[in-house]
Amino acid sequence: MTGVLHGRAWTFGRDIDTDLIIPARYLNMKTAEELGRYCMFDADPDFAKKVEPGDIVVAKENFGCGSSREHAPIALKGAGVSVVIAKSFARIFYRNAFNTGLPILVAPDAVDGIDEGDELTVDLAGGEIKDLTTGKTYQAEPLPPFMRELVEAGGLLPYLKQRAAAR
Amino acid sequence: MSMTMTEKILARAAGKESVAPGDLVMAQLDLCLGNDITAGVAIDEFEKAGFEDVFDPAKIALIPDHFTPNKDIKSAGLVKQMRQFSRKHGIVHFYDVGRVGVEHAFLPEQGLVGPGDVVLGADSHTCTYGALGAFATGAGSTDLAGAMATGEAWFRIPETHLYEFDGTLGRYVTGKDIVLFTIGQIGVDGALYKAMEFAGSAIRSLSMDSRFTICNMAIEAGGKSGIIAPDDITKAYVEGRYRGTPRYYTSDPDCRYEKIYRWKADEIPLMVAKPHLPSNTQPAAELNDINIDQVVIGSCTNGRIEDLRQAAEVLRGRKVHKDVRLIVIPATQAIWQQANDEGLFDVFIAAEAAVSAPTCGPCLGGHMGVLAEGERAVSTTNRNFVGRMGHPGSEVYLAGPYVAAASAVAGHIATPDQIGARGAGDGGAPGRGAPVAAGTPAGERGLS
Repeated sequence: MTGVLHGRAWTFGRDIDTDLIIPARYLNMKTAEELGRYCMFDADPDFAKKVEPGDIVVAKENFGCGSSREHAPIALKGAGVSVVIAKSFARIFYRNAFNTGLPILVAPDAVDGIDEGDELTVDLAGGEIKDLTTGKTYQAEPLPPFMRELVEAGGLLPYLKQRAAAR
Repeated sequence: MSMTMTEKILARAAGKESVAPGDLVMAQLDLCLGNDITAGVAIDEFEKAGFEDVFDPAKIALIPDHFTPNKDIKSAGLVKQMRQFSRKHGIVHFYDVGRVGVEHAFLPEQGLVGPGDVVLGADSHTCTYGALGAFATGAGSTDLAGAMATGEAWFRIPETHLYEFDGTLGRYVTGKDIVLFTIGQIGVDGALYKAMEFAGSAIRSLSMDSRFTICNMAIEAGGKSGIIAPDDITKAYVEGRYRGTPRYYTSDPDCRYEKIYRWKADEIPLMVAKPHLPSNTQPAAELNDINIDQVVIGSCTNGRIEDLRQAAEVLRGRKVHKDVRLIVIPATQAIWQQANDEGLFDVFIAAEAAVSAPTCGPCLGGHMGVLAEGERAVSTTNRNFVGRMGHPGSEVYLAGPYVAAASAVAGHIATPDQIGARGAGDGGAPGRGAPVAAGTPAGERGLS
């Protein structure tokens, strides 16, 4: 989770569930390319066509509630979404985002301040979110130390491998 | 140091004397599991990461239940991948169609999960097993890949919220009503990241089947896990069934609960969760103006034998409303057999319901009862999100088996009392239930 991301904001409300992010009827597929085509399909069937690589999803509380499907962060990545900023994330989605390499940030102030279509830059390392449309800057909550460790190891599976090798 | 039972179980699995909320631990898993939707991605990740062996082929359960019997070619491919992986690694607990069931009904029934276990499942309703006094939680496919390789998973020790229900439940009120009531009170993120411990005399009075229903839906309040202290009812269920050695943990009297909720069991009505969130609850008796097209009775929430008996109790001697399709799905082969032996299928068939092989199918709009645009279902499943059972313009109302069966008869949401179910055949209650409904003109379904 490093580098500066740049894209337009797509705003959503609270309790965006995984059935909205990727409807269950598409779970007979598993690649990012296939799943990306149906990302947010039941919220907006044209979302995957309209979203451009690098764009940013901005949502209120409890983003990703519902099922454990890792297909949800995979679909967001497949559609080109570079980062999700929310007031809070549902627990399994939070784990899955780290495990699939989809950057996520908790930043309630930013969510309140950002409007649909705003042009944003996000510095993942420092958690700084700039709204170029309004000129405002926001600070995301820092990553918990353990999550930082996971990210530095290159993800969950490399982390577990390193741990096993150290024993 | 005093601990909740969730803390005790996780401390044991992490090899620690004690743990406290907020601690991060690596826990040894007693079982990990995946289904036909999540296992494929897990197997891909397992192989991509270069793991060669699974940690223990007897502690992994791969359960194809969601789109099975295979609904299309792609789904068949996912199950084939599971089957091949299972053969290659000698996975002991892979079960194919004819032997399998809906995972969260099947694994407890087969004695593969038990009290004191730590279970990680690549399915959000893994929290069901908390009903046995286990710590069980859902995770994604990569977590399952790591678990299959190492037998470990990381957990942040959750704070525990206590939900106490004392008193006596009303007639027809079951675990489903208790959990829908709870979610309605606290919201779909009311227990985000928390362990939800259910207690009180009303909970202790419940059967295991009803307890599974409660813990099953902990995730719908954002919970990490649901749990109920094991008692004599748990022990009677586990004995002769659980293949491990049960470890019975209970919370210390002076343990720390982050929040305590107390409700009177007597005041809980028959509940329904309206579209499109499980927290959007209202008493079933107030929703008679909601006409319906389909009813589904089944799933990991309510597809057990007690649920089918409750449905049959209402349906006996009655017919499903002519404008409604009723689909009954016993959750496992053993439940199917038992329902058959008890004559429940005779009741369902006489009522003009369809009975299916075990599958998650319609719960997630997979197959066996997908909804068209504008259609409305009452379902004993666990989610009513937009498009959950089919077209994004369809609607799902969640309820327990009693309300689902009564609604199937009435053609609109109704309670058993409203269709005159109490005291067989009295026929004096409101609603156009029962055989009379066969003559009801289309479009005139509400209460008369």
